[in-house]
Amino acid sequence: MMTPASDLLLEIEDLTLSYRIDKRWIPAVRNFQLKLARGQVYGLVGESGSGKSTIAMALMRFLSGNGRVESGAKMRFAGEDLLGKSAAEMRAIWAKRIKLVPQNAGAALNPSMRVGPQVLESIRAAIGIDGVEAERAMMRMFHDVNLIDPEKVARRYPHELSGGMQQRVMIAMALVSNPELLILDEPTTGLDVTTEAVILDLIRQLIAERDTGVLYITHNLGVVAQLCERVTVLYAGEIMEDDRADDLFHQAWHPYTLGLLGSLPRPGQNKRDALLHPIDGNPPALKDSSHACAFAERCAFAEDICRDVKPPLESLPDGRAIRCHRWREIRDGELHLVADDSAAAEPAHEGRAQSLMRVADLTKHFTVGRSLADVLSHSAPPPIRAVDGVDLALNAGQALGLVGESGSGKTTLARLIVGLQERTGGKLELLGMDIRNSVRERSPDVLAKIQMVFQNPQNALNPYMSVRDAIRRPLIKLRGMNPGDADAEALALLRSVNLRADYADRFPGELSGGEKQRVAIARAFASDPDLIICDEPVSALDVSVQAAVLNLLARLQDQNGTAYLFISHDLAAVGYLADTIAVMYLGQLFEVAGREDLFQPPFHPYTEALFAAIPVADPRHRVEATLLSDALPSAQYIPGGCRFHTRCPRAIGPICEEEEPPWRDAGAGHVIRCHIPIEELTEAQTKSAAGAAMD
Amino acid sequence: MLPIGQRITASLQMIKALLRQPASALGTLIAAFFLFLALFGGQLAPYPNPNDQSHNARVSPTLDIGSLQFGEHPFGTDRLGRDVYSRVILGASSIFRIAGLGTLFSVLIGSALGLLMGYRGGMFDEITGRVIDALMAIPALLLALVMVGIIRNMDFDIGSWQAELSNNVVLLVIAVLYVPVVARVARSATLDIKTREFVEAAEIRGETTAYILFREILPSVIPALVVEASLRFSYAIFLVASLGFLGFGARPPSPDWGLMVNENRGGYYQLTPWALEFPALAIAILVIAVNLMSDGIRRAVQKSA
Amino acid sequence: MLRFARRRLFFFLFTYVLSSLIIFFLLRVLPGDPAKVIAGGREAAPEQVAEIRAELGLDVPLPEQYLSWAGNFLRGDWGKTIAFRGADNRDLILERSRNSARLAFIALALSVPLSLVLGVIAGLSENKLPDVLISLLTLSVVSLPEFVTGLFLINTVALRWGRGPLASAIGWWFPASSAVPANASFGEMLPALWLPAIAATLVLLAYISRLTRAGVIEELKRDYVRTAALKGISRRSVILRHVLRNALLPTITVIAISISWLISGLVVIEFVFGFPGLGSLLIAAIERRDLPLVQSIVMVTVTVVLCANLFADAAYALLNPRIKLE
Repeated sequence: MMTPASDLLLEIEDLTLSYRIDKRWIPAVRNFQLKLARGQVYGLVGESGSGKSTIAMALMRFLSGNGRVESGAKMRFAGEDLLGKSAAEMRAIWAKRIKLVPQNAGAALNPSMRVGPQVLESIRAAIGIDGVEAERAMMRMFHDVNLIDPEKVARRYPHELSGGMQQRVMIAMALVSNPELLILDEPTTGLDVTTEAVILDLIRQLIAERDTGVLYITHNLGVVAQLCERVTVLYAGEIMEDDRADDLFHQAWHPYTLGLLGSLPRPGQNKRDALLHPIDGNPPALKDSSHACAFAERCAFAEDICRDVKPPLESLPDGRAIRCHRWREIRDGELHLVADDSAAAEPAHEGRAQSLMRVADLTKHFTVGRSLADVLSHSAPPPIRAVDGVDLALNAGQALGLVGESGSGKTTLARLIVGLQERTGGKLELLGMDIRNSVRERSPDVLAKIQMVFQNPQNALNPYMSVRDAIRRPLIKLRGMNPGDADAEALALLRSVNLRADYADRFPGELSGGEKQRVAIARAFASDPDLIICDEPVSALDVSVQAAVLNLLARLQDQNGTAYLFISHDLAAVGYLADTIAVMYLGQLFEVAGREDLFQPPFHPYTEALFAAIPVADPRHRVEATLLSDALPSAQYIPGGCRFHTRCPRAIGPICEEEEPPWRDAGAGHVIRCHIPIEELTEAQTKSAAGAAMD
Repeated sequence: MLPIGQRITASLQMIKALLRQPASALGTLIAAFFLFLALFGGQLAPYPNPNDQSHNARVSPTLDIGSLQFGEHPFGTDRLGRDVYSRVILGASSIFRIAGLGTLFSVLIGSALGLLMGYRGGMFDEITGRVIDALMAIPALLLALVMVGIIRNMDFDIGSWQAELSNNVVLLVIAVLYVPVVARVARSATLDIKTREFVEAAEIRGETTAYILFREILPSVIPALVVEASLRFSYAIFLVASLGFLGFGARPPSPDWGLMVNENRGGYYQLTPWALEFPALAIAILVIAVNLMSDGIRRAVQKSA
Repeated sequence: MLRFARRRLFFFLFTYVLSSLIIFFLLRVLPGDPAKVIAGGREAAPEQVAEIRAELGLDVPLPEQYLSWAGNFLRGDWGKTIAFRGADNRDLILERSRNSARLAFIALALSVPLSLVLGVIAGLSENKLPDVLISLLTLSVVSLPEFVTGLFLINTVALRWGRGPLASAIGWWFPASSAVPANASFGEMLPALWLPAIAATLVLLAYISRLTRAGVIEELKRDYVRTAALKGISRRSVILRHVLRNALLPTITVIAISISWLISGLVVIEFVFGFPGLGSLLIAAIERRDLPLVQSIVMVTVTVVLCANLFADAAYALLNPRIKLE
């Protein structure tokens, strides 16, 4: 690594970290190294269990009681030995010089203390100023992190702030001492894509003004590409590859890096064009050191040597570091990831577009806090209009994607369709027939036709029911099979989701997240449904596992001719799997388009903003302008007129605030609900796209 | 539900975790010892008739800890010439029967009610919840005293089921007192489990309420119920002893520990302190043991969760 | 705020009415013919039964009986005792309640600070020696039935030590019997209060300290504690300013709930020590089958318990910003 010694801020060598589990010390991180210069933004990427957060905690000397740094490690911060510091010295460093912005700012702030005093406490510890002076410093910092109305924010309790605002407060708290090193541990995970973009933009801008070294820890390759100069890829506690971001994203030489990049759908990429390259298997659990390459089990290029000898971490002259026996062959283009392109063909079912489901003016208004007391005292706040008049049509075998921020009502819409919640208005037709409100009233026939895959595989399976029983139950209940047939069919279903037959007797506790989701998918397909609702089916999974599940969903759809309603906040994932895409905002649809049309102008201004917010996994394609402020209005108090006008970057005047916009037809089934005529939208958006390309 | 083999392994693991903590292991062993006394007291007591007054009255304890000599009346005899040692041994059975069965009933009824409240929600939950609140607003011991007092004074025909019930009034009281408590615990555990997606998956399959309650939700609620049951059991023992002491439990001359303590306090204490001290000690040891055991169960369950 | 208060108040009233219905059911409906019970059961003379029935208004339909009883209770007309030579129920109950309240006050004043300190120490040293010792203490000695500890205190402190060299001092401060006149003043009563108060303190100690410990342990694991520590402030500040603030909030509720627990305990303790409180009155009333008196006593305790809960709810809501008071 070619960093002048004087600029070197942080130097870690041979860092091995262990956790005590069942009376044994098991290494979670092995021989980690890092050289971080002042002002440099360094990315640390890894999936769950890669040890990335452990490294951050070790670096701050804040490991939990069951963790320890093994001897032989070196950690030098600004030339000082961190490992030799006393507790008091470390406190002084925490106060001023090394700051952490953690994931989930909501939990990281004291819930019973107003925000102001919490920040002031930090200022006092860091700079030693108090009173009016400290308050002024806080206001300045709040202003720098774009908190609107800082005085008011300071008087709020954390739970009264939005997720984005909470994270701004955390960032303000960290930067107020002008630290030399800033550790950002998944600071945008759990935030909406639009909020994430705003926060990333803010971070980028703030560190550009300072000489702070930044260690950015995340699982999200897109975010790293957007922000970092250099990236270390971590797997199972070991460095796999380390390089300048541009090289890493464009010429990765490690099979794992290649796999991660290949498993990400890019915006506009669709299953019909090219399948994703999933990485086989699952991220490893914490286990004792083995002599094999940590990635060998899942590596497409693994040879005998990979399973017998752990490859060394080689430092190459150009500054790259890599741990692989076969990197030379990859560099020279002798090895390629080969996509399984069998399913990329057009489905046999297209063409005969038989209508499957129609939704007309569907609404769901939740009444808030109506208890016995409210009923008897006749007082009730306005209802939450979670779904507020949605029209939607779905053909047999069609995959309809539904995108929107959290709070847009997309999950409620799905639950109305599947019958887990009762609609308060509108119509729902399946195969031309009205269907009843809730699952309790629906006949087994109707139930069998609509099934669901849930977001969180952790909770999707009953922990006390074996895989076999979980899949057999719908076969018996909804398809009337006898137990013997159901057993055989369950095994066939298991095979179809690429799980071996011996998984049938396992319990959910013995499965990884990806495997659980496969079982849940098999269970959903068991009743041979016409429609499967997939509610964020991959968002809780590790990156390397997501692609395999997406491919599986694509293949099963083609084989069975099942229609999907695919819900996601991730536009790229939706674009990959869906034929048609609907964009939802505060309980209403704003745009419906075929997948070819959605990714180019004209867009609804909201869709446009969503696109702009996607962090693309390519350092050469950085998102510069963020279009949306971070707060989605409450569905209890929806703005009048066009409900997007409070945030719309293209609002054209009072009409947006006063009148509901009309649906405008952009041709070929592409409709947009906006006051701006289609032609003007196209023109403005083509222009700004061209402008962005020239930068 | 788990196949039987899995269930047994899981229980064994829990028992192992329980025994690994020294204090809880000791508590469990002592509780098991008392259970043994309760089951086989009739065979173990030197004088199987608790009201055998044929001995000399006010004999001092002959137990000699140093040489482990029990002697004729290890715990002495009371003022009526009854062998305290035998009475203490024979008293174990009633306390276990009443506290154990009372807890069992309250856990069975309470968890069914709580499951239904949590899963159904709505007005049923709201109204039942309020009734539970109202019931729990009456301090437990007061409610118990009032119920025992009233039911005992009702004149039932001898041999009728009401008379049978009134003989077991303490058992009934324990069930009534703890059903609301258990129901609350089961309800809140159910509320947590019911939002899990596997329950929704069952609803989408059109499963019946009974199936969802007992096959999908109950297995996940059981750990919380086990902890609560062990806690209730320790409170039940406490309550049975207290009621006996206050004269609202077993009637004389039964060898109930609480009653024995009450009968031998005041002026009698000066005469035969041992007749009070040994049953009191038995209560103290059993309560402490069951407390330690239930605390161990709580830790073991929390650990495995 | 208003909405919240109204809601709470509504629940309070609703629960109160339900509780009174339960009590009414237990004492007027369940016994079949309360007049007969009061008059002495099977052997009661029919004329006497009829007389009692007329006096208590038992010959009107049940809903009417309930309404008139509830109305009378709220008006403060609690009737005359049957068992205590026709004393006024209200005077009797209020006098005994005052005595019990003195006992409860001392018990709370001793146990709340002590158990908070023990709970916090145990929580901060989870699974280390102080915690293990405190946990063993609260699980064992302190959780014994009140009559066992009460008798132990009487037999050991008052009787055994009372004969030793400090006999006169101990004899005055810790009398073996607390059977003082019911109308004694606080000062006169004070010596008689110590031993029962200690027994009652133990009742609460285990309960409050264990819940406090659990609260501290739970809060210590939260993310904001890490944030606070990484501000570089002292551990003392982290604990005092951040952890305890959140950990001790729920204790308000715990203390309120323990009032009900304390009342149960006091019944036994008053009985053991012969103290003229509400609890010993209740036992006497039940034994003498004075059902109207029992009914009023239970209603009084329910009122106390529900008011304590209401107070705790309000205090918790005011102190905890997470509860929205819109």
